Amino acid sequence: MPGLETKADARAPLLAVEDVTLQYKTEHHLVTATWRVGFEVYEGERFVLLGPSGCGKSTLLKAVAGFMQPVEGEIRLSGKPIDRPGSDRMMVFQEFDQLLPWKTVLGNVMFPLLVNRRMPRTEAADHARALLAKVNLTRFENVHPHMLSGGMKQRVAIARALAMEPAVLLMDEPFAALDALTRRNMQEELRALWDDVGFTVLFVTHSIEEALLVGSRILVLSPHPGRVKAELNADHLGFSDIGTPAFETLHRRIHDLLFADKVETALATEIHNG
Amino acid sequence: MVDIAQHIARPEPPQRPERMIEVQAIGAVGDAARPLSIVERLLQYTLVRRLIVVVVLCVLWEAYARYLDNNLLFPTLTETVQALYDALVNGPLIERTVTSLQTLLMGYAAGLALAGIFTTLAVSTRVGTDFLSTLTAMFNPLPAIALLPLALLWFGLGAKSLVFVIIHSVLWAVALNTHSGFTSVSPTLRMAGQNCGLRGVSYVAFLLVPAAFPSILTGLKIGWAFAWRTLIAAELVFGVSSRSGGLGWFIFENRNQLEIPSVFAGLLTVIVIGLVVESVIFRSIENITIRRWGMQS
Repeated sequence: MPGLETKADARAPLLAVEDVTLQYKTEHHLVTATWRVGFEVYEGERFVLLGPSGCGKSTLLKAVAGFMQPVEGEIRLSGKPIDRPGSDRMMVFQEFDQLLPWKTVLGNVMFPLLVNRRMPRTEAADHARALLAKVNLTRFENVHPHMLSGGMKQRVAIARALAMEPAVLLMDEPFAALDALTRRNMQEELRALWDDVGFTVLFVTHSIEEALLVGSRILVLSPHPGRVKAELNADHLGFSDIGTPAFETLHRRIHDLLFADKVETALATEIHNG
Repeated sequence: MVDIAQHIARPEPPQRPERMIEVQAIGAVGDAARPLSIVERLLQYTLVRRLIVVVVLCVLWEAYARYLDNNLLFPTLTETVQALYDALVNGPLIERTVTSLQTLLMGYAAGLALAGIFTTLAVSTRVGTDFLSTLTAMFNPLPAIALLPLALLWFGLGAKSLVFVIIHSVLWAVALNTHSGFTSVSPTLRMAGQNCGLRGVSYVAFLLVPAAFPSILTGLKIGWAFAWRTLIAAELVFGVSSRSGGLGWFIFENRNQLEIPSVFAGLLTVIVIGLVVESVIFRSIENITIRRWGMQS
Protein backbone atom coordinates (compact mmCIF):
# COMPACT_ATOMS: atom_id res chain seq x y z
CA MET A 1 0.00 0.00 0.00
CA PRO A 2 2.15 2.90 -1.20
CA GLY A 3 -0.50 5.52 -0.30
CA LEU A 4 -0.40 4.60 3.36
CA GLU A 5 3.40 4.60 3.45
CA THR A 6 3.70 8.19 2.25
CA LYS A 7 1.02 9.29 4.70
CA ALA A 8 2.92 7.75 7.60
CA ASP A 9 6.21 9.20 6.40
CA ALA A 10 4.77 12.70 6.45
CA ARG A 11 4.73 12.59 10.24
CA ALA A 12 7.72 11.84 12.45
CA PRO A 13 7.43 8.67 14.51
CA LEU A 14 6.63 9.18 18.20
CA LEU A 15 8.84 6.33 19.32
CA ALA A 16 11.80 5.10 17.31
CA VAL A 17 13.63 1.91 18.21
CA GLU A 18 16.74 1.62 16.07
CA ASP A 19 18.68 -1.64 15.79
CA VAL A 20 18.50 -2.22 19.51
CA THR A 21 20.48 -5.05 21.07
CA LEU A 22 19.68 -5.77 24.69
CA GLN A 23 21.69 -7.91 27.07
CA TYR A 24 21.29 -8.70 30.72
CA LYS A 25 23.34 -10.70 33.19
CA THR A 26 22.07 -13.70 35.11
CA GLU A 27 24.15 -15.45 37.73
CA HIS A 28 26.05 -17.52 35.20
CA HIS A 29 25.36 -16.06 31.77
CA LEU A 30 25.24 -12.91 29.73
CA VAL A 31 21.93 -13.29 27.92
CA THR A 32 21.20 -11.50 24.67
CA ALA A 33 17.49 -10.73 24.86
CA THR A 34 17.06 -8.95 21.51
CA TRP A 35 19.38 -8.56 18.57
CA ARG A 36 19.17 -5.46 16.36
CA VAL A 37 15.46 -4.97 16.68
CA GLY A 38 14.03 -1.91 15.02
CA PHE A 39 10.51 -0.48 14.72
CA GLU A 40 8.65 2.80 14.81
CA VAL A 41 5.50 3.70 16.66
CA TYR A 42 3.32 6.58 15.47
CA GLU A 43 0.98 8.65 17.58
CA GLY A 44 -2.39 7.01 18.13
CA GLU A 45 -1.18 3.52 17.24
CA ARG A 46 -1.85 0.38 19.22
CA PHE A 47 1.48 -1.27 18.62
CA VAL A 48 1.81 -4.89 19.74
CA LEU A 49 5.03 -6.80 20.39
CA LEU A 50 4.13 -10.44 19.86
CA GLY A 51 6.30 -13.48 20.31
CA PRO A 52 6.91 -16.65 22.31
CA SER A 53 8.60 -16.52 25.70
CA GLY A 54 12.28 -15.78 25.29
CA CYS A 55 11.87 -13.37 22.39
CA GLY A 56 12.84 -10.43 24.60
CA LYS A 57 9.57 -8.53 24.19
CA SER A 58 9.29 -7.69 27.90
CA THR A 59 12.96 -6.70 28.02
CA LEU A 60 12.35 -4.45 25.02
CA LEU A 61 9.47 -2.79 26.86
CA LYS A 62 11.66 -2.31 29.95
CA ALA A 63 14.27 -0.62 27.76
CA VAL A 64 11.62 1.73 26.36
CA ALA A 65 10.53 2.43 29.95
CA GLY A 66 14.15 3.34 30.72
CA PHE A 67 14.91 0.55 33.19
CA MET A 68 17.81 -0.70 31.07
CA GLN A 69 20.10 0.71 28.40
CA PRO A 70 20.68 -0.95 25.01
CA VAL A 71 24.24 -2.17 24.38
CA GLU A 72 23.78 -1.28 20.73
CA GLY A 73 21.34 0.99 18.94
CA GLU A 74 19.14 3.73 20.32
CA ILE A 75 15.60 4.32 21.53
CA ARG A 76 14.16 7.80 20.99
CA LEU A 77 10.90 9.28 22.16
CA SER A 78 9.89 12.34 20.11
CA GLY A 79 13.50 12.54 18.94
CA LYS A 80 15.01 12.49 22.45
CA PRO A 81 17.06 9.46 23.53
CA ILE A 82 15.67 7.58 26.52
CA ASP A 83 18.11 7.37 29.43
CA ARG A 84 16.02 6.90 32.58
CA PRO A 85 12.53 5.89 33.77
CA GLY A 86 10.00 8.65 33.49
CA SER A 87 6.33 9.36 33.82
CA ASP A 88 6.00 10.25 30.12
CA ARG A 89 6.12 6.48 29.58
CA MET A 90 3.75 5.10 32.20
CA MET A 91 3.82 1.34 32.44
CA VAL A 92 1.18 -1.21 33.34
CA PHE A 93 2.77 -4.43 34.59
CA GLN A 94 1.48 -7.99 34.50
CA GLU A 95 1.84 -8.44 38.27
CA PHE A 96 -0.95 -7.28 40.54
CA ASP A 97 1.50 -5.95 43.15
CA GLN A 98 2.28 -2.91 41.03
CA LEU A 99 -0.26 -0.92 43.07
CA LEU A 100 0.89 0.68 46.31
CA PRO A 101 -0.88 -1.36 49.02
CA TRP A 102 -0.74 1.52 51.52
CA LYS A 103 -2.75 3.86 49.30
CA THR A 104 -6.44 3.67 48.45
CA VAL A 105 -7.53 3.24 44.84
CA LEU A 106 -7.90 7.02 44.54
CA GLY A 107 -4.54 7.55 46.26
CA ASN A 108 -2.87 5.20 43.80
CA VAL A 109 -4.25 7.05 40.78
CA MET A 110 -3.29 10.43 42.28
CA PHE A 111 0.18 9.25 43.32
CA PRO A 112 2.17 9.97 40.13
CA LEU A 113 0.33 13.27 39.66
CA LEU A 114 1.43 14.42 43.11
CA VAL A 115 4.97 13.01 42.88
CA ASN A 116 5.54 14.94 39.65
CA ARG A 117 3.76 18.04 41.02
CA ARG A 118 1.57 17.98 37.92
CA MET A 119 -1.36 19.68 39.68
CA PRO A 120 -2.54 20.65 43.18
CA ARG A 121 -4.06 17.95 45.38
CA THR A 122 -7.76 18.81 44.91
CA GLU A 123 -7.37 19.08 41.15
CA ALA A 124 -5.45 15.78 41.08
CA ALA A 125 -8.28 14.12 43.03
CA ASP A 126 -10.86 15.36 40.52
CA HIS A 127 -8.71 14.23 37.60
CA ALA A 128 -8.19 10.81 39.22
CA ARG A 129 -11.94 10.44 39.87
CA ALA A 130 -12.68 11.20 36.24
CA LEU A 131 -10.33 8.40 35.16
CA LEU A 132 -11.72 5.97 37.73
CA ALA A 133 -15.14 6.68 36.25
CA LYS A 134 -13.79 5.74 32.83
CA VAL A 135 -12.61 2.34 34.10
CA ASN A 136 -15.86 1.85 36.09
CA LEU A 137 -14.28 1.91 39.55
CA THR A 138 -15.97 4.98 41.03
CA ARG A 139 -17.56 2.95 43.83
CA PHE A 140 -14.17 1.61 44.94
CA GLU A 141 -12.15 4.82 45.22
CA ASN A 142 -11.70 4.57 49.00
CA VAL A 143 -10.83 0.87 49.06
CA HIS A 144 -7.29 -0.44 49.51
CA PRO A 145 -5.93 -2.58 46.64
CA HIS A 146 -5.91 -5.87 48.58
CA MET A 147 -9.72 -5.81 48.60
CA LEU A 148 -9.91 -5.76 44.79
CA SER A 149 -10.03 -8.60 42.29
CA GLY A 150 -7.23 -9.05 39.75
CA GLY A 151 -9.15 -7.39 36.94
CA MET A 152 -10.00 -4.40 39.12
CA LYS A 153 -6.36 -4.00 40.15
CA GLN A 154 -5.33 -3.90 36.50
CA ARG A 155 -8.02 -1.31 35.79
CA VAL A 156 -6.63 0.85 38.62
CA ALA A 157 -3.13 0.49 37.14
CA ILE A 158 -4.45 1.54 33.72
CA ALA A 159 -6.25 4.53 35.25
CA ARG A 160 -3.08 5.50 37.14
CA ALA A 161 -1.03 5.33 33.97
CA LEU A 162 -3.56 7.27 31.87
CA ALA A 163 -3.91 9.96 34.56
CA MET A 164 -0.39 11.10 33.70
CA GLU A 165 -1.40 11.44 30.03
CA PRO A 166 1.83 9.70 28.95
CA ALA A 167 3.26 10.14 25.48
CA VAL A 168 3.12 6.37 25.17
CA LEU A 169 1.40 3.87 27.43
CA LEU A 170 3.47 0.73 27.99
CA MET A 171 1.65 -2.50 28.79
CA ASP A 172 3.57 -5.65 29.72
CA GLU A 173 1.15 -8.56 29.30
CA PRO A 174 -1.32 -6.70 31.53
CA PHE A 175 -4.08 -9.30 31.20
CA ALA A 176 -1.97 -12.49 31.24
CA ALA A 177 -2.61 -13.24 34.92
CA LEU A 178 -6.39 -12.84 34.60
CA ASP A 179 -8.94 -15.60 34.04
CA ALA A 180 -10.14 -16.02 30.46
CA LEU A 181 -13.53 -14.32 30.89
CA THR A 182 -12.07 -11.28 32.70
CA ARG A 183 -9.30 -11.09 30.12
CA ARG A 184 -11.79 -10.81 27.26
CA ASN A 185 -13.70 -8.11 29.17
CA MET A 186 -10.52 -6.15 29.79
CA GLN A 187 -9.48 -6.36 26.13
CA GLU A 188 -12.84 -4.92 25.11
CA GLU A 189 -12.62 -2.22 27.79
CA LEU A 190 -9.14 -1.26 26.63
CA ARG A 191 -10.40 -0.88 23.04
CA ALA A 192 -13.35 1.20 24.27
CA LEU A 193 -11.00 3.34 26.37
CA TRP A 194 -8.77 3.88 23.36
CA ASP A 195 -11.77 4.95 21.27
CA ASP A 196 -12.74 7.31 24.09
CA VAL A 197 -9.40 8.81 25.19
CA GLY A 198 -7.17 8.14 22.19
CA PHE A 199 -3.73 7.30 23.56
CA THR A 200 -0.69 5.63 22.02
CA VAL A 201 0.02 2.20 23.43
CA LEU A 202 2.89 -0.25 23.16
CA PHE A 203 1.48 -3.62 24.19
CA VAL A 204 3.37 -6.85 24.88
CA THR A 205 1.61 -10.20 24.61
CA HIS A 206 2.22 -13.82 23.71
CA SER A 207 -1.36 -14.43 22.60
CA ILE A 208 -2.01 -14.13 18.87
CA GLU A 209 -5.69 -13.55 19.48
CA GLU A 210 -5.02 -10.76 21.96
CA ALA A 211 -2.60 -9.15 19.53
CA LEU A 212 -5.26 -9.21 16.79
CA LEU A 213 -7.98 -7.84 19.06
CA VAL A 214 -5.96 -5.15 20.83
CA GLY A 215 -3.42 -4.12 18.22
CA SER A 216 -3.51 -1.92 15.13
CA ARG A 217 -0.01 -3.00 14.12
CA ILE A 218 1.76 -6.17 15.20
CA LEU A 219 5.50 -6.77 15.41
CA VAL A 220 6.20 -10.52 15.32
CA LEU A 221 9.44 -11.52 17.07
CA SER A 222 11.40 -14.77 16.97
CA PRO A 223 13.05 -16.14 20.11
CA HIS A 224 16.63 -16.63 21.40
CA PRO A 225 17.55 -13.85 20.82
CA GLY A 226 14.59 -11.71 19.78
CA ARG A 227 14.67 -10.61 16.16
CA VAL A 228 11.99 -8.99 14.02
CA LYS A 229 10.13 -11.49 11.84
CA ALA A 230 7.32 -9.42 10.46
CA GLU A 231 5.33 -6.24 10.99
CA LEU A 232 1.66 -6.66 10.18
CA ASN A 233 -1.46 -4.50 10.11
CA ALA A 234 -4.44 -5.54 12.21
CA ASP A 235 -6.33 -2.25 12.44
CA HIS A 236 -9.22 -3.64 10.39
CA LEU A 237 -9.91 -6.40 12.96
CA GLY A 238 -12.04 -6.11 16.08
CA PHE A 239 -14.22 -8.19 18.38
CA SER A 240 -16.97 -8.57 15.79
CA ASP A 241 -14.47 -10.18 13.44
CA ILE A 242 -13.68 -13.21 15.60
CA GLY A 243 -14.35 -16.29 13.51
CA THR A 244 -14.46 -14.40 10.19
CA PRO A 245 -12.14 -15.53 7.38
CA ALA A 246 -10.10 -12.28 7.57
CA PHE A 247 -9.43 -12.85 11.28
CA GLU A 248 -8.64 -16.54 10.88
CA THR A 249 -6.33 -15.92 7.91
CA LEU A 250 -4.20 -13.41 9.78
CA HIS A 251 -4.29 -15.63 12.87
CA ARG A 252 -3.04 -18.56 10.79
CA ARG A 253 -0.37 -16.41 9.13
CA ILE A 254 1.06 -15.28 12.46
CA HIS A 255 0.75 -18.81 13.86
CA ASP A 256 2.80 -20.15 10.96
CA LEU A 257 5.37 -17.37 11.40
CA LEU A 258 5.80 -18.22 15.07
CA PHE A 259 5.81 -21.97 14.71
CA ALA A 260 8.07 -22.02 11.64
CA ASP A 261 10.82 -21.32 14.18
CA LYS A 262 10.14 -24.54 15.97
CA VAL A 263 10.57 -26.58 12.80
CA GLU A 264 13.76 -24.69 11.98
CA THR A 265 15.26 -25.14 15.43
CA ALA A 266 14.18 -28.78 15.54
CA LEU A 267 15.74 -29.34 12.14
CA ALA A 268 18.87 -27.48 13.15
CA THR A 269 19.33 -29.60 16.28
CA GLU A 270 18.65 -32.74 14.28
CA ILE A 271 21.23 -31.84 11.68
CA HIS A 272 23.62 -30.78 14.40
CA ASN A 273 23.21 -34.06 16.26
CA GLY A 274 23.18 -36.18 13.11
CA MET B 1 2.08 -56.21 25.74
CA VAL B 2 -1.31 -56.90 27.30
CA ASP B 3 -3.92 -54.23 26.73
CA ILE B 4 -4.77 -53.16 30.29
CA ALA B 5 -7.89 -51.29 29.25
CA GLN B 6 -9.53 -54.58 28.23
CA HIS B 7 -9.26 -56.04 31.71
CA ILE B 8 -10.79 -53.10 33.57
CA ALA B 9 -14.52 -52.64 33.41
CA ARG B 10 -14.72 -49.05 32.18
CA PRO B 11 -17.69 -47.16 33.68
CA GLU B 12 -20.00 -45.97 30.94
CA PRO B 13 -21.53 -42.54 31.83
CA PRO B 14 -25.21 -42.39 30.91
CA GLN B 15 -26.46 -40.16 28.09
CA ARG B 16 -28.47 -37.43 29.78
CA PRO B 17 -30.76 -34.66 28.50
CA GLU B 18 -29.60 -31.00 28.73
CA ARG B 19 -31.05 -28.69 31.37
CA MET B 20 -32.04 -25.02 31.07
CA ILE B 21 -33.16 -23.27 34.25
CA GLU B 22 -34.46 -19.73 34.81
CA VAL B 23 -32.36 -18.19 37.61
CA GLN B 24 -34.58 -17.40 40.61
CA ALA B 25 -34.77 -14.03 42.34
CA ILE B 26 -32.27 -13.80 45.22
CA GLY B 27 -35.06 -13.58 47.85
CA ALA B 28 -35.95 -17.23 47.36
CA VAL B 29 -32.45 -18.35 48.39
CA GLY B 30 -32.95 -17.13 51.96
CA ASP B 31 -30.53 -15.78 54.54
CA ALA B 32 -26.95 -16.86 53.86
CA ALA B 33 -25.55 -15.33 57.07
CA ARG B 34 -26.53 -15.34 60.75
CA PRO B 35 -25.34 -12.87 63.39
CA LEU B 36 -22.68 -14.19 65.79
CA SER B 37 -23.54 -14.78 69.46
CA ILE B 38 -22.09 -12.51 72.16
CA VAL B 39 -19.43 -15.04 73.24
CA GLU B 40 -18.39 -15.62 69.63
CA ARG B 41 -18.13 -11.88 69.08
CA LEU B 42 -16.09 -11.30 72.27
CA LEU B 43 -13.65 -14.05 71.31
CA GLN B 44 -13.04 -12.21 68.03
CA TYR B 45 -11.14 -9.57 70.02
CA THR B 46 -7.46 -10.38 70.56
CA LEU B 47 -7.52 -8.29 73.73
CA VAL B 48 -10.24 -10.44 75.27
CA ARG B 49 -8.41 -13.66 74.41
CA ARG B 50 -5.16 -12.29 75.85
CA LEU B 51 -6.89 -11.11 79.02
CA ILE B 52 -8.14 -14.65 79.54
CA VAL B 53 -4.54 -15.91 79.34
CA VAL B 54 -3.43 -13.26 81.86
CA VAL B 55 -6.23 -14.17 84.26
CA VAL B 56 -5.33 -17.86 84.08
CA LEU B 57 -1.66 -17.05 84.80
CA CYS B 58 -2.66 -14.86 87.78
CA VAL B 59 -4.77 -17.65 89.25
CA LEU B 60 -1.91 -20.15 88.82
CA TRP B 61 0.51 -17.71 90.49
CA GLU B 62 -1.77 -17.12 93.47
CA ALA B 63 -2.48 -20.83 93.91
CA TYR B 64 1.18 -21.89 93.72
CA ALA B 65 2.38 -19.11 96.08
CA ARG B 66 -0.25 -20.04 98.64
CA TYR B 67 0.74 -23.69 98.39
CA LEU B 68 4.44 -22.75 98.83
CA ASP B 69 3.63 -20.34 101.67
CA ASN B 70 7.06 -18.62 101.72
CA ASN B 71 6.97 -14.94 100.87
CA LEU B 72 10.75 -14.61 100.97
CA LEU B 73 11.05 -16.85 97.94
CA PHE B 74 7.76 -16.42 96.13
CA PRO B 75 5.16 -13.96 97.44
CA THR B 76 1.52 -14.31 96.48
CA LEU B 77 -0.13 -12.12 93.86
CA THR B 78 -2.15 -10.29 96.52
CA GLU B 79 1.00 -9.43 98.50
CA THR B 80 2.71 -8.26 95.33
CA VAL B 81 -0.25 -6.09 94.33
CA GLN B 82 -0.31 -4.68 97.88
CA ALA B 83 3.42 -3.86 97.63
CA LEU B 84 2.89 -2.38 94.17
CA TYR B 85 0.12 -0.16 95.49
CA ASP B 86 2.28 0.99 98.41
CA ALA B 87 5.24 1.72 96.17
CA LEU B 88 3.05 3.62 93.72
CA VAL B 89 1.24 5.74 96.31
CA ASN B 90 3.78 6.20 99.10
CA GLY B 91 7.02 4.91 97.60
CA PRO B 92 9.36 5.99 94.83
CA LEU B 93 8.03 3.66 92.10
CA ILE B 94 6.51 6.36 89.84
CA GLU B 95 9.63 8.49 90.03
CA ARG B 96 11.83 5.46 89.29
CA THR B 97 9.66 4.45 86.34
CA VAL B 98 9.72 7.97 84.88
CA THR B 99 13.53 8.06 85.19
CA SER B 100 13.81 4.72 83.36
CA LEU B 101 11.36 5.68 80.63
CA GLN B 102 13.09 9.01 79.99
CA THR B 103 16.46 7.36 79.50
CA LEU B 104 14.82 4.64 77.42
CA LEU B 105 13.02 7.03 75.08
CA MET B 106 16.16 9.12 74.56
CA GLY B 107 18.20 6.05 73.63
CA TYR B 108 15.42 4.57 71.50
CA ALA B 109 14.87 7.77 69.51
CA ALA B 110 18.59 8.26 68.92
CA GLY B 111 18.96 4.60 67.89
CA LEU B 112 16.08 4.90 65.39
CA ALA B 113 17.49 8.09 63.88
CA LEU B 114 20.89 6.47 63.40
CA ALA B 115 19.31 3.32 61.95
CA GLY B 116 17.36 5.50 59.48
CA ILE B 117 20.50 7.26 58.31
CA PHE B 118 22.47 4.01 58.03
CA THR B 119 19.83 2.16 56.00
CA THR B 120 19.19 5.12 53.68
CA LEU B 121 22.92 5.20 52.91
CA ALA B 122 22.92 1.43 52.52
CA VAL B 123 20.19 1.39 49.86
CA SER B 124 21.64 4.30 47.91
CA THR B 125 25.14 2.91 47.38
CA ARG B 126 26.75 -0.48 47.15
CA VAL B 127 29.55 0.52 49.52
CA GLY B 128 26.87 1.57 51.99
CA THR B 129 25.25 -1.86 51.77
CA ASP B 130 28.55 -3.64 52.44
CA PHE B 131 29.32 -1.22 55.28
CA LEU B 132 25.98 -1.80 56.97
CA SER B 133 26.03 -5.58 56.50
CA THR B 134 29.50 -5.88 57.98
CA LEU B 135 28.76 -3.60 60.93
CA THR B 136 25.49 -5.38 61.64
CA ALA B 137 27.15 -8.77 61.47
CA MET B 138 29.82 -7.58 63.90
CA PHE B 139 27.76 -5.70 66.45
CA ASN B 140 24.34 -7.37 66.42
CA PRO B 141 25.56 -10.46 68.33
CA LEU B 142 27.44 -8.29 70.86
CA PRO B 143 25.29 -7.87 73.99
CA ALA B 144 24.84 -4.18 74.73
CA ILE B 145 25.42 -4.77 78.43
CA ALA B 146 28.96 -5.94 77.65
CA LEU B 147 29.74 -2.41 76.50
CA LEU B 148 28.58 -0.86 79.76
CA PRO B 149 31.97 -0.96 81.57
CA LEU B 150 33.55 0.77 78.59
CA ALA B 151 30.67 3.26 78.35
CA LEU B 152 31.09 4.14 82.00
CA LEU B 153 34.73 4.84 81.32
CA TRP B 154 33.96 7.05 78.31
CA PHE B 155 30.84 8.87 79.44
CA GLY B 156 31.04 8.55 83.23
CA LEU B 157 28.37 7.37 85.60
CA GLY B 158 24.87 8.42 84.69
CA ALA B 159 22.34 8.71 81.94
CA LYS B 160 24.84 9.24 79.11
CA SER B 161 26.33 5.77 79.50
CA LEU B 162 22.88 4.20 79.68
CA VAL B 163 21.78 6.03 76.52
CA PHE B 164 24.90 4.81 74.76
CA VAL B 165 24.24 1.13 75.50
CA ILE B 166 20.56 1.53 74.61
CA ILE B 167 21.50 3.04 71.25
CA HIS B 168 23.75 0.07 70.66
CA SER B 169 20.98 -2.40 71.48
CA VAL B 170 18.40 -0.63 69.26
CA LEU B 171 20.47 0.43 66.28
CA TRP B 172 21.55 -2.94 64.86
CA ALA B 173 18.27 -4.74 65.33
CA VAL B 174 16.30 -1.95 63.64
CA ALA B 175 18.85 -1.42 60.87
CA LEU B 176 18.99 -5.15 60.12
CA ASN B 177 15.22 -5.51 59.86
CA THR B 178 14.73 -2.30 57.91
CA HIS B 179 17.42 -3.22 55.43
CA SER B 180 16.12 -6.73 54.90
CA GLY B 181 12.65 -5.21 54.46
CA PHE B 182 14.00 -2.86 51.79
CA THR B 183 15.71 -5.66 49.90
CA SER B 184 12.57 -7.78 49.84
CA VAL B 185 10.38 -5.12 48.19
CA SER B 186 9.15 -6.70 44.96
CA PRO B 187 10.90 -5.65 41.71
CA THR B 188 7.52 -4.75 40.17
CA LEU B 189 6.75 -2.30 42.97
CA ARG B 190 10.22 -0.79 42.67
CA MET B 191 9.81 -0.31 38.94
CA ALA B 192 6.30 1.08 39.40
CA GLY B 193 7.69 3.62 41.87
CA GLN B 194 10.51 4.71 39.56
CA ASN B 195 8.05 4.80 36.69
CA CYS B 196 5.90 7.23 38.69
CA GLY B 197 8.93 9.51 38.97
CA LEU B 198 10.35 8.66 42.42
CA ARG B 199 14.09 9.14 42.78
CA GLY B 200 16.67 9.30 45.58
CA VAL B 201 15.35 10.27 49.00
CA SER B 202 11.72 10.46 47.82
CA TYR B 203 12.09 6.89 46.50
CA VAL B 204 13.18 5.72 49.96
CA ALA B 205 10.59 7.78 51.84
CA PHE B 206 7.53 7.23 49.65
CA LEU B 207 8.17 3.75 48.28
CA LEU B 208 10.71 1.68 50.22
CA VAL B 209 9.65 2.70 53.73
CA PRO B 210 5.91 2.03 53.36
CA ALA B 211 6.54 -1.09 51.24
CA ALA B 212 8.93 -2.48 53.88
CA PHE B 213 6.80 -1.33 56.79
CA PRO B 214 5.98 -4.84 58.10
CA SER B 215 9.71 -5.56 58.53
CA ILE B 216 10.39 -2.09 59.92
CA LEU B 217 7.67 -2.56 62.51
CA THR B 218 9.16 -5.92 63.51
CA GLY B 219 12.51 -4.14 63.88
CA LEU B 220 10.92 -1.43 66.03
CA LYS B 221 9.36 -4.07 68.30
CA ILE B 222 12.58 -6.06 68.66
CA GLY B 223 14.53 -2.83 69.21
CA TRP B 224 12.08 -1.77 71.92
CA ALA B 225 12.39 -5.10 73.72
CA PHE B 226 16.20 -5.04 73.49
CA ALA B 227 16.34 -1.47 74.79
CA TRP B 228 14.04 -2.23 77.71
CA ARG B 229 16.00 -5.32 78.73
CA THR B 230 19.35 -3.58 78.38
CA LEU B 231 18.19 -0.65 80.47
CA ILE B 232 16.86 -2.73 83.36
CA ALA B 233 19.98 -4.92 83.34
CA ALA B 234 22.27 -1.88 83.27
CA GLU B 235 20.39 -0.24 86.12
CA LEU B 236 20.57 -3.46 88.14
CA VAL B 237 24.33 -3.56 87.86
CA PHE B 238 25.36 0.07 87.85
CA GLY B 239 22.22 1.91 88.92
CA VAL B 240 23.64 2.07 92.43
CA SER B 241 26.11 4.71 91.42
CA SER B 242 23.61 6.76 89.48
CA ARG B 243 22.23 9.87 91.13
CA SER B 244 18.56 9.08 90.56
CA GLY B 245 17.93 5.40 90.03
CA GLY B 246 15.45 3.77 87.68
CA LEU B 247 13.31 0.65 87.88
CA GLY B 248 16.31 -1.67 87.90
CA TRP B 249 17.70 0.20 90.88
CA PHE B 250 14.30 -0.10 92.60
CA ILE B 251 14.41 -3.89 92.18
CA PHE B 252 18.04 -4.10 93.33
CA GLU B 253 17.42 -1.91 96.38
CA ASN B 254 14.43 -3.93 97.55
CA ARG B 255 16.23 -7.23 97.10
CA ASN B 256 19.00 -5.97 99.36
CA GLN B 257 16.40 -5.15 101.98
CA LEU B 258 14.74 -8.55 101.44
CA GLU B 259 11.48 -6.79 100.49
CA ILE B 260 10.67 -9.60 98.10
CA PRO B 261 7.04 -8.55 97.39
CA SER B 262 8.43 -5.15 96.33
CA VAL B 263 10.97 -6.89 94.07
CA PHE B 264 8.03 -8.68 92.46
CA ALA B 265 6.16 -5.39 92.22
CA GLY B 266 9.13 -3.90 90.34
CA LEU B 267 9.27 -6.87 88.00
CA LEU B 268 5.52 -6.64 87.49
CA THR B 269 5.89 -2.98 86.54
CA VAL B 270 8.52 -3.91 83.94
CA ILE B 271 6.18 -6.57 82.54
CA VAL B 272 3.11 -4.31 82.53
CA ILE B 273 4.93 -1.52 80.70
CA GLY B 274 6.21 -4.05 78.16
CA LEU B 275 2.70 -5.43 77.66
CA VAL B 276 1.11 -2.01 77.29
CA VAL B 277 3.67 -0.88 74.72
CA GLU B 278 3.34 -4.15 72.78
CA SER B 279 -0.42 -4.60 72.85
CA VAL B 280 -1.58 -0.98 72.87
CA ILE B 281 1.00 1.15 71.07
CA PHE B 282 2.46 -1.30 68.56
CA ARG B 283 -0.88 -2.99 68.00
CA SER B 284 -2.62 0.28 67.15
CA ILE B 285 0.18 1.18 64.77
CA GLU B 286 -0.30 -2.23 63.15
CA ASN B 287 -4.06 -1.77 62.90
CA ILE B 288 -3.90 1.57 61.15
CA THR B 289 -1.06 0.57 58.84
CA ILE B 290 -0.15 -2.91 57.70
CA ARG B 291 -3.45 -4.55 58.64
CA ARG B 292 -5.47 -1.95 56.81
CA TRP B 293 -3.16 -2.25 53.82
CA GLY B 294 -3.62 -6.01 53.70
CA MET B 295 0.10 -6.65 54.27
CA GLN B 296 -0.63 -8.70 57.39
CA SER B 297 -3.75 -10.67 58.23
